[in-house]
Amino acid sequence: MQSPAETNQTTKTLTLAKALNAGLRAALSADDKVLLYGEDIGSLGGVFRVTEKLQAQFGPDRVLDSPLAEAGLIGTAIGMAQRGYRPVVELQFDGFVFPGFDQITQQLAKMRFRSHGRVQLPVVVRFPYGGGIGSIENHSESVEAYFAHTPGLTVVTPSNPNDGYWMIQQAIASPDPVIFLEPKRRYHEKGVVQLDAPALGLHEASVARAGTDVTLICWGPMVRTCLDAAAAAEKEGRSVEVVDVRSLQPLDFETIARSVEHTSRAIVVHEAQRNYGPGAELAARLQEQLFYVMESPVLRVTGYDTPYPPSKLEADWLPNLDRVLAAVDQSMGY
Amino acid sequence: MSVGGLTGQLTATPGRFQPAQPVEVPTVQLLGEDGTLVQDPDFVPALTAAQAARMLRDMVLIRRFDTESTALQRKGQLSLWAPLLGQEAIQVGVHAALGRFDHVFPSHREHGLAMLMGLPIERLLGIFTGQESGDWDAEQVRFHHLNMVIGGHTLHGVGYAMGQARDRQADPQADDGVSLIIHGDGAISEGDVNEAYIFAAAYQAPAVFLCVNNQWAISEPVERQSPVPLYQRAWGFGIPSVRVDGNDVLAVHAATTWALERARAGQGPSFIEAYTYRMGAHTTSDDPTKYRDKDETIQWQSRDPLTRAETWLRAEGVWDDGRQARLDQEAEAFGEQVREAVHKVHDPKLEDIFDRVYARPTADLVAQRAQIVSEAAAR
Repeated sequence: MQSPAETNQTTKTLTLAKALNAGLRAALSADDKVLLYGEDIGSLGGVFRVTEKLQAQFGPDRVLDSPLAEAGLIGTAIGMAQRGYRPVVELQFDGFVFPGFDQITQQLAKMRFRSHGRVQLPVVVRFPYGGGIGSIENHSESVEAYFAHTPGLTVVTPSNPNDGYWMIQQAIASPDPVIFLEPKRRYHEKGVVQLDAPALGLHEASVARAGTDVTLICWGPMVRTCLDAAAAAEKEGRSVEVVDVRSLQPLDFETIARSVEHTSRAIVVHEAQRNYGPGAELAARLQEQLFYVMESPVLRVTGYDTPYPPSKLEADWLPNLDRVLAAVDQSMGY
Repeated sequence: MSVGGLTGQLTATPGRFQPAQPVEVPTVQLLGEDGTLVQDPDFVPALTAAQAARMLRDMVLIRRFDTESTALQRKGQLSLWAPLLGQEAIQVGVHAALGRFDHVFPSHREHGLAMLMGLPIERLLGIFTGQESGDWDAEQVRFHHLNMVIGGHTLHGVGYAMGQARDRQADPQADDGVSLIIHGDGAISEGDVNEAYIFAAAYQAPAVFLCVNNQWAISEPVERQSPVPLYQRAWGFGIPSVRVDGNDVLAVHAATTWALERARAGQGPSFIEAYTYRMGAHTTSDDPTKYRDKDETIQWQSRDPLTRAETWLRAEGVWDDGRQARLDQEAEAFGEQVREAVHKVHDPKLEDIFDRVYARPTADLVAQRAQIVSEAAAR
């Protein structure tokens, strides 16, 4: 049976992976300067099949299989963008971004600044990120802080199929380089995609669930976890608001602050290690700007300050429902 | 244990397990060290007398630019300079070979080439005074921005070349430009540079790698970069390569012309090793006497690219004392221009740095800029 949403021609139910695929297809169709570029993205369709069938449709000149070299991918994408192309680079996993780190942070991020705005680099670097899929070492890293800390980069992450479909197209249309983080543990979760128009701009945060007692601030893979926690908390009589940050750089602090003004309590939830992570930035800003509004200190529920553990431990290492609910209790206890 | 007579041990290292041995290093030289023409079976210089005289003039002006800039640093007017003394022939030879649509992705020592391509010298000096980071229109000048991360730019040049090839594939009337990527002998050890070779070969990019082997990566000798001659490294990537005498402007010109034509004809990347010597320091902040033998430097003085070209041109009858005197005058006037240019660079304004980070400044940047402006107004 179809849901009411699906009877409307302008919506479709897709997994995040399929929604990203549809978004990439739309971008390739809309502008012939858009190129997809990466290891195994052609006939294989990428290790997570996000680019499946795109090479068959657009040809090997638009969807290019590349040598195994991350700096090479990003560096040559910079050159192609200088020549007027819009390369969308796929890296296979978050842990493999580091061989390309210099090209991203020193080259891609700075070219506009160094050239006084003359050089524009519309490059998207997209890769699966985060844990929770039982993978081996280097395949479950939450690297957003490195890039959000680098001026010149835009860092975004969709948490659901609709955002996946729209945000990838918005990222490709952006005149600035975008680090596009795809929460790999959510690739196969389904959701309704609005096909007619995006609900939000690339850099806007969204209120994923309204509530009055406490705000959970999260992004990417943690949004589903926080929504589940909010639903569980409701059964205990707590009204939890969930803000999906969506864009870590630039940050739509206005939407976040509006929510916290309303609830007067905030908890940042992210998968990455805690020290010097995005939670610290958010907590500092809330303290600077909403000191007199808040009823309790900003709390953080995060990964621990260790390298990512063997996957048998990740269910406990990653923020989960219990840890988020415990933080809600702690926040409400002040 | 022995299975079927195999012991698992080699009694000696047989030839099949040896790395390829360096073969003889044939160096293309068209102008001998004494300034006489040398015959080469593959490269024949094809220049008019006027073009040849122009090359000498360009080398003299570049040397002047360099010596004036080094002096400006000594006087404290530049915070740093990367001298190019001894490498003038490479920059002039390359420039004379470039087509009108070709793009150059330079390392940090191609000041002379930049000047010849029309980049105002104050733009370069501004970088070394700390007043700017490369405020020129690289697309228009076709001389791209300096990159202080060794070798980082080589990939950009390859990507750009890939774009040039795609443009021509889409539209045969598109310009016939290709990319010339310059890097030093030290850069050959960097991962990015090796990836640039791989990408260029994999996609047959219309790119020319020009490796300026000046023998020293600051204080590290070229022997620490490679046990084989550098041009032979390109073979492993499937890139045709040649070594030229980098102090011979004719050889550099001929080899660059060959490589650019290959790229233009769709035959993919080439590699040129220009074998030369950095007569000065790596930059004005190091002291070569601490790490290299003085005799070595003295030996290279006899191979000076300017002297060789002048001797040849005099023998050809296209150069004489009168022309030399006029060139000396021109160089004198140009030296004055360089000393003036350093004053033409304006100090940047702090509030201007906020609007060039993103196409549309973020709320944070707008707020930080406003704070700067209001603090300045309150002062």
